[in-house]
Amino acid sequence: MKPSGWLELLIAAALVVLAAFVPMFANGYWLSIAVTGMMYIALSTSWALFSGPTHYISLATGAFFGVGGYMVGTMMSDYQLSFWVPLIVAPLVAAALALLIGIATLRLSGVYFVIFTLGLAEMIRNLISWIQNNFLGSRGLYVLTDFRDHHLYWMLLGVAGVIYLLGWIVNRSRIGFALRIIGNDETVARHVGINTATAKVIMFTTTGFFAALVGAIIAPRWSYIEPNQVFSPQLSFLVVIMALLGGAGRLWGPLVGVIPFTIIWEWVGVQFPNQSTLFLGLAFLLIVYVLPNGVVGRIEQLRDRIGEGRS
Amino acid sequence: MKHRPVLQVQGVTKRFGGLVAVNDMSFDVANHEMVGVIGPNGSGKTTMMNMISGAFKPTAGRISLKGRRLSDMPAQKIAREGVGRTFQLVRLLPGLNVLENVMAGAVFGHRRRWGREAEDFALEMLDRVGLEVVAAAPVSALTYIDQKRVELARVLAGEPEVLLLDEWLAGLNPTELETGIELIHALRDEGRTVVLVEHVMDAIRALCDRCVVMSAGRKIAEGSPDDVLSDREVIRAYLGDDDD
Repeated sequence: MKPSGWLELLIAAALVVLAAFVPMFANGYWLSIAVTGMMYIALSTSWALFSGPTHYISLATGAFFGVGGYMVGTMMSDYQLSFWVPLIVAPLVAAALALLIGIATLRLSGVYFVIFTLGLAEMIRNLISWIQNNFLGSRGLYVLTDFRDHHLYWMLLGVAGVIYLLGWIVNRSRIGFALRIIGNDETVARHVGINTATAKVIMFTTTGFFAALVGAIIAPRWSYIEPNQVFSPQLSFLVVIMALLGGAGRLWGPLVGVIPFTIIWEWVGVQFPNQSTLFLGLAFLLIVYVLPNGVVGRIEQLRDRIGEGRS
Repeated sequence: MKHRPVLQVQGVTKRFGGLVAVNDMSFDVANHEMVGVIGPNGSGKTTMMNMISGAFKPTAGRISLKGRRLSDMPAQKIAREGVGRTFQLVRLLPGLNVLENVMAGAVFGHRRRWGREAEDFALEMLDRVGLEVVAAAPVSALTYIDQKRVELARVLAGEPEVLLLDEWLAGLNPTELETGIELIHALRDEGRTVVLVEHVMDAIRALCDRCVVMSAGRKIAEGSPDDVLSDREVIRAYLGDDDD
């Protein structure tokens, strides 16, 4: 074990403790941004667990997130169950869904995988909307809890912490090494003896689980839930953009992207409410052209260059 | 022990649509034996290698390792059973450094290691193939022969029972070729079981105990390098028919 690994974990733990104090200082507007930010930190870090090493860009985050939010809505509104029931059930359902998608997409790679996950997320969104409108009555779903923003924030922080710890463990395990090899050359991966299918499906299922967990936690924020809103495809794109902005090659990379992007995104939403999609496209182009390996990748590149200059 | 076959290929055929790339091939490889698979371009040698390593499934026939049937297994299972291969065009993992590339073999191969043990064994294998660059270097910094060495070290790190070398010597300059032949000769002296596809005739003479000659997907000769290389049918396959 390299000492830097423990240092990284220690810094992460210190940051989690510090972040826990945010609701003491921020309230109202800033706390609501902090909740959004924490949501994206959890989603992007979890997304990067699979897509970072393997380079399989998944646009299905919105689908799993939606399963979380929708199940909280329907179970609380239609079945009068406690919030905690869907909080446990929804991630398991999403994980099962991710498992099926993972198995179905095993033979797809590159752009085919991207398109498949996007199309599938749209299909799930429309299917659930259709079921909701035709069979369950078109009335909306109410999520009424006593949770305030700071409760949601702490829950999301806890989930983000768990995802980080899991990622830290994965990076030091056989499966983490296997995923990196798969991302480099899947044919070589198979020929050195890696069961590529199992490794990919396990990690994809994990990201589905966490996306639904985050979707379930954030649901009380809206009070009123519609399938079209929780299964938002825009969320899938935002998660990818934030993770890529920070750099998906490092565990803490997405974190670096989420914080500034959330703040800018809020500002854009207020200033140009009708042009936000345009901004999203621009941000995507900029990242791909200017920061293909994210901010973290650029910093490491500069550091290497300085290192070479010295030697 | 030399005559007990480790690898058996029996009646193996591979069709791609209407094209028969490999047609009813059979040969055995004994323990500690170095067998060359030779033949003109397009004769099906690499397809044969791809079937042994599991990249392709044979259309018909049976391939087995120590009596265990490989021909139904996926590539990763075959690798774990103990068949390691290099690729015709060297395939390294560009995002991983030299040591990590070799560790990939040590961690997931036939004999699996982890952590310190995998790292030490990978370093040992790098030393074994004579690579003198820093283990932490990126693979893009390596010369062609050094890239080939890293790939060979990755395969050796999995401690395979049978080693498949697909034109490992191709593309090397004359000096490198000499080094390369010496290196494979040293593997032979260690008593490894090797199947090599090769075009370099000097290498075949120097290295192989036995040769299997393929032409248009079929086996046309088998025997010691000197015998097969003077065989009339083999010469015809390489040089074409006499006009007279």
